[in-house]
Amino acid sequence: MAEWLKNVEPLTLKGQIAVPYTWWVGETGSRFLISLRDDQKILGTRCKACGTVYVPPRKNCGRCFVDIDEWVDVADEGVIEGYTIVHYAYPVQPVKPPFAYVLIKLDGTDVGFLHLIKNDLGRIKNGLRVKAKFKGERTGSILDIDSFELI
Amino acid sequence: MDNAAIVGVAQTKYERRKKDQIFADMVFDVTRAALDDAGLGIGDIDSVVTVSNDFFDGRTISGMAVGDACGGEDKNISTVSGDGTFGAFYGLMRVLSGYKATIVVAHYKGSEGSVPITTNGMFDPIFHRHLGLDAISSAAIQANVYMTRYGIREEDMAQVSVKNHGNAKNNPFAQLPMDITVADVMKSRKIAEPLKLLDCCPISDGAAAIIIANEEIAAKGTKKPVWIKGVAHCCEEYFLGDRDLANPVALRDAAKRAYAMAGIKDPVAEIDVAEVLEPFSYMEPLWLEGLGFCKPGEGGQLIGKGMTTMGGKLPVNPSGGALSANPILVAGLARLIEAALQVRGEAGARQVKNADTALAHGFNGPCGQSHCVWIVSGKK
Repeated sequence: MAEWLKNVEPLTLKGQIAVPYTWWVGETGSRFLISLRDDQKILGTRCKACGTVYVPPRKNCGRCFVDIDEWVDVADEGVIEGYTIVHYAYPVQPVKPPFAYVLIKLDGTDVGFLHLIKNDLGRIKNGLRVKAKFKGERTGSILDIDSFELI
Repeated sequence: MDNAAIVGVAQTKYERRKKDQIFADMVFDVTRAALDDAGLGIGDIDSVVTVSNDFFDGRTISGMAVGDACGGEDKNISTVSGDGTFGAFYGLMRVLSGYKATIVVAHYKGSEGSVPITTNGMFDPIFHRHLGLDAISSAAIQANVYMTRYGIREEDMAQVSVKNHGNAKNNPFAQLPMDITVADVMKSRKIAEPLKLLDCCPISDGAAAIIIANEEIAAKGTKKPVWIKGVAHCCEEYFLGDRDLANPVALRDAAKRAYAMAGIKDPVAEIDVAEVLEPFSYMEPLWLEGLGFCKPGEGGQLIGKGMTTMGGKLPVNPSGGALSANPILVAGLARLIEAALQVRGEAGARQVKNADTALAHGFNGPCGQSHCVWIVSGKK
C-alpha cells in the first residue's frame, strides 16, 4: 500500500442492487404451492422410470431424463436425516436464531425435504420423527409450512 | 490429449480488506506477475479467460471490468462464473483447440458485498431461498450428515483447522497463519452446528492468474513447464435433498476420470502432494474420501495417522488451504497454482520434498455440487 494512503481513511462508495423479480413458479410448482395454501397438503411427483418420489415435486427426472406426470400425496410427517442449529443472523433468514435447518425424509418419498425447526432445538437428533405445522394465514409459499415439530 | 503446460503463475497476498486495489488493479498485478513468472510478454498470449461472479462483484458481466487489466482488449476473452479450477479447464480447452497460450485470471473481494446474502442466491427461489439457507448453513447440514453417518467427532474435524492454519505459516500469500490447538477450535464460537468459527474459512480479498500454453510456447518460457496429465469435472444434483451429502459422487467420478487420463492407478502411492478446496474443516476429509485416498468414513483419521501432514506420505494443503484464505472462485485457482509451484520445486517453506506429481481440486455450488480434479507433473 502506498505510504500516503496509510495516513488517510481509504474512501468507499456505498451501493445496493435491489432488482425486483417476478418468478413464475410453473405448472408443477403452482400445484404444489396451491396445495400447501388451500389444503395444507404436501404433494410430490413420482418418476415412472425409476420410481423416485420427489418432494418438492419435479416436472422431469434428471436421473432418467424423462417427463414426470404422476402426482402423489405425501405425508406431513417424516424422519430427520440431517440438520444444523444456526447461531448467526443475517437479513434473509425467516426467523431469529437460534433455529434449525433440517433435511426430512417425508413418509412415502425418496428425497430429503428442506425446512425449519423452531422449537426443542436441544432435542433434535437424526432419526427422530417430525410433523409439519402449517401457518394460519397462507399465501402460496414454502413458508406456508411454518416449521416442523418433533413428535 | 496434446501436451499442454502451466507455464506461469501469480497470486496476490490474500487479505480481509484490500483497501488500495480495485478489481482491475489486482487483475493487472497478477497478469503482469504471471507473464514475468513465465518469461513471456502479453504478445505471446492469444486467449483470455476471466473468472468472476456478477452477484459477488455487484456488476453485470463482471468480466468486462477487468478485460483491459488482463490484456484482453484485442483478444478472444470470455468469463467463467464459477470456481477457478473450472476457468482453468476452459483455458486448457482453448489451448487444445488451437490457441497457443491462455491466461486465466480470477478475482474476488469478499470485503465489498455480503457473503450470506449472495450465497443465499445459489438456492432455488421457489422452494429453498426463502428458508434463508446460505453457504455456511448448507455446509453445516452436510457436516452433520457426514459426521453422523460415520461417527466422526468434532475434534477430528478440528485437527484439519489446526493443521491447515499451521501450514499457512509457511505460505506468504495466506491470510490466516495461526498456531492453534484442537481446544481452541472446540471453544470457538458456534456458527451453525457442528461448525464453529475456526471450522470456517475467513472472508478474503485477492486475485490469481495462471498461463496455460501449448508445447511451442512452453519451450519459449523460462520456467520448468508443469505438464497437465489429467483433468476432469463432474456435477451432481442441484437440490440438497436429492443428494447423499456424505458421499461426493461427482468428485469420485471426476477423480476416476482424471486418474485414468493421467495413468494413475494407486493415487496415494503415485501422488506426492494434494491441494484441495476446503472452506470448511469437514470438507478436507470428505473430499479426500471422494478422491479415493481412503475408504468412506476414514477421512477424519488421516491427520491422526500422520498421512496428510507436512512430512506425511501425502501432504494435503501445504499452503494452508481455503481455511487460511478463501477468496471465492480464486481459491480453486490458488490450489492449482500451489500444485504447480510444488512440481516446480518453488513452494518455498511449504515445499514438499521431491514433489513431482501433484493434485489440485476445486468445486462449485452448495456442499460441492460439482468438482474439478487436476493432475500435474514435471514429466511430460
